[in-house]
Amino acid sequence: MFLARVVGTVVASRKDPGLEGTKLLVIQPLRPDRTPAGKPLVAVDSVGAGESEEVFYVRGREAALPFLPAEVPTDAAIVGIVDHWNTT
Amino acid sequence: MLIARVVGSVVSTQKNGKLEGAKLLLAQPLDLDGKDRGPAVIAIDAVDAGVGDRVLLVLDGKAAMLALDRGLAGVDAAIVGVVDAVDIPGEPARR
Repeated sequence: MFLARVVGTVVASRKDPGLEGTKLLVIQPLRPDRTPAGKPLVAVDSVGAGESEEVFYVRGREAALPFLPAEVPTDAAIVGIVDHWNTT
Repeated sequence: MLIARVVGSVVSTQKNGKLEGAKLLLAQPLDLDGKDRGPAVIAIDAVDAGVGDRVLLVLDGKAAMLALDRGLAGVDAAIVGVVDAVDIPGEPARR
């Protein structure tokens, strides 16, 4: 999983039926020091995250699993909202 | 598997149900020479590792799900061991 900040939302009227009713968020991956790590991407939300919140997300085929038994065709899913993290 | 350093811990109240109660650590993958290898990742801790520990990190969904042991879940990284030493013949032991 990776840290990210929610920076926006995506609206798509025409989409795969498996994506109907999902929330699509634009997220910016973060380093532990909160600087951007790479480019933003679109992830399906599974936890009720909102704009400017810090979250963690799963990439790859496992991204579809939080939505079971629904089959959501996604390769990125937000699986938690971060309260805080501590680094040394 | 990669060798990584635990660099922090993550607290998340609101998360996917399969992750309830799971300990989440920030792990920085390392090269054998100890340099950072790509971005830090959030991993399920299956071995009670702590900040500062050098650990074995799996970056694969199937392996992470086995470590979490809760069936199909949205996880892709887990810490599955704490490294005591890495021995590469011909080089000094790395502890």
